[in-house]
Amino acid sequence: MSGREAILGKIRSQVGADQDPATRRTTVADRLAKAPRGIIPKRGQLDPRAQLKLFCDRAEAVQTTTTVVKDYSQVAEAVSDYLRSRNLPQAVRMGTDPRLEGADWSKAPNLTRDVGPSDGSDPVGLSHATAGVAETGTLVLTSGSDNPTTVNFLPENHIIVIDAADIKGDYESALDQVRSMAGKGLMPRTVNMITGPSRSGDIEQTILLGAHGPRSLHVIVVEG
Amino acid sequence: MKITTPEFKENAVKALANDNLQKALGNVEKGFIGKRQAAADALPEFEALRDKARDIKDHTLAHLDLYLKAYEEKVVESGGHVHWAQTAEDARNIVLDICRTANAKTVTKGKSMISEEMGINEFLEEKGIQPIETDLGEYIIQLRGEAPSHIIAPAVHVLKEQVEADFREEHDHLPEGRNLDEPETLLDEARTVLRQKFIDADVGITGANFLVAETGTSIIVTNEGNGDLTQTLPRVHIVLASIEKIAPTLEDVSQILRVLARSATGQDMSVYTTFSTGPRREGDVDGPEEYHVVLLDNGRTNMIGTEFQDMLRCIRCGACMNHCPVYHAVGGHAYGWVYPGPMGAVLTPSLKGVEDGGNLPNASTFCGRCEAVCPMRIPLPKMMRHWREREFEKNLNPAVQRWGLKTWAWFAQRPRLYQLGARVAMRGLSIMGGKKGRLAKMPLGSGWTKYRDMPAPEGETFQAQWAAHKGRAK
Repeated sequence: MSGREAILGKIRSQVGADQDPATRRTTVADRLAKAPRGIIPKRGQLDPRAQLKLFCDRAEAVQTTTTVVKDYSQVAEAVSDYLRSRNLPQAVRMGTDPRLEGADWSKAPNLTRDVGPSDGSDPVGLSHATAGVAETGTLVLTSGSDNPTTVNFLPENHIIVIDAADIKGDYESALDQVRSMAGKGLMPRTVNMITGPSRSGDIEQTILLGAHGPRSLHVIVVEG
Repeated sequence: MKITTPEFKENAVKALANDNLQKALGNVEKGFIGKRQAAADALPEFEALRDKARDIKDHTLAHLDLYLKAYEEKVVESGGHVHWAQTAEDARNIVLDICRTANAKTVTKGKSMISEEMGINEFLEEKGIQPIETDLGEYIIQLRGEAPSHIIAPAVHVLKEQVEADFREEHDHLPEGRNLDEPETLLDEARTVLRQKFIDADVGITGANFLVAETGTSIIVTNEGNGDLTQTLPRVHIVLASIEKIAPTLEDVSQILRVLARSATGQDMSVYTTFSTGPRREGDVDGPEEYHVVLLDNGRTNMIGTEFQDMLRCIRCGACMNHCPVYHAVGGHAYGWVYPGPMGAVLTPSLKGVEDGGNLPNASTFCGRCEAVCPMRIPLPKMMRHWREREFEKNLNPAVQRWGLKTWAWFAQRPRLYQLGARVAMRGLSIMGGKKGRLAKMPLGSGWTKYRDMPAPEGETFQAQWAAHKGRAK
């Protein structure tokens, strides 16, 4: 504990914390409790239809591909069609998300679904997003057995399903959605905000896709 | 890491004569400046967000003790461990203890400048634990036995032909005739080689872009996904972070995220922004079983409450060095320690002392581009000036320079004498310049005339011209 006390003590003396300790404590407690919002870019503050369009446009601007389907009965076909269009095997690795399990998989009879975390041998991962952010085409995924984190990073191709109603204008609203899962001040173990497929510019500043994470990212938006 | 900042001048001379480096440095301007401008222009709220980001950090630093305690409480609540390290040595020992308890043989690493500051790689190797850098740029420089030359593009000084040579030497288990002509094939090879290392590692070490007091969360912002594999696959995740990485709430983080990637790479948002809170939960099928955070001071508390506090707002985007004419000319290694460019010129003397770091604040033209692009509005030139003052107060600069400054100050305090002296010197130099109007040699100015001629002054002194101008204006 000596390091802790020394560091905190030094900060206290440098900022002059003894002058009005009560006000300082209230200020901090207040800020943590209220979490006031700052400047929200106007770009994403649109009606749901325009927000969905902005989300798809921004996602495509960073090399994500998108498909919009009417409801969950069309998800299996959309997955299967995408795999075929990319010459990928009809097989996905996924978690136990009930929204994905409940999709009508009989419509894609040749598709194999492996459930559980990825060990790196799966060509394609399938996840369900908790939220999306229109302002930058970002997807928000939360960890758990329903959507294991390894599925987001190990397979070379990643397909993410999202409900149109979960697409928000800004990060703050999307993170509020995350907060609502466990409560204020609590977080799922891992929250991944994903904006496009993996990339690197480390060799002569040439941007290349597929550094360590997926080379391709495909989003299926369910309007339902 | 051995500091060579006292040899900055020699380093710079070598850098200027290094053709490969000069070719590679061309990529800095090409790769960053236009992209940042386009991203900033595309967001009307960008300038207002910079103000907001500055205010958030100022508020946080003014209450840093309380936010750190709130953060610690939430980490512990979520099942994680917080370790406090006053010095780099303390931090190294904490990391070693965790690795030994985990029986670690190999450790994968996400990109982290704080780990460079701590010198963790050399230390772990000495103790028989193998650290493996997994960011492509960091991996390349680890193979080359070099330090990063840029805080977000560590291998920006390396050409692809050099990467090819390094890979052929290191990956000698792969076929000799394989094609490594393009960045694509180099990336593929690194991806394949590193994939197995991710899976085999016992401990994963990452840095943190933010620590959130509200939730006890650490956040990394990356493009490759290596940081995520580093922290998801091994049994133990260690986060290395300096104390000023704290942000109060998720709302505050959202504000700063909007200026971070735009300022760094010109992206609206980096590919992966990952929030980690504690270890694996009940029912989880992946993720680390242990989650440790090492909070490092290493001299930062000395900056709080001083004229250097603003530097602690830095979010390590690299925009200042991307826009710095001195960095463009000599690259990052010449700076001689972990942090190059304008931010390094302020931070190095702050953390290592002006005795060792004093050369860096002098290596600036004060053109002001760094401050103009800094997303956190850090007054970098002003702080470099403060370091020059400290250096002067401590009698650290060369005698000739001190004597020159004192002489100038003596004259400057006697305006009539100063004006007379300036007139006489100007006439003299003008005559010496002859018909060409250039001086190949100049008294006390050999440092300049050794490399180029000095243009001889023409016409009247500035003060005479100013007086005439005011006369006309009336």
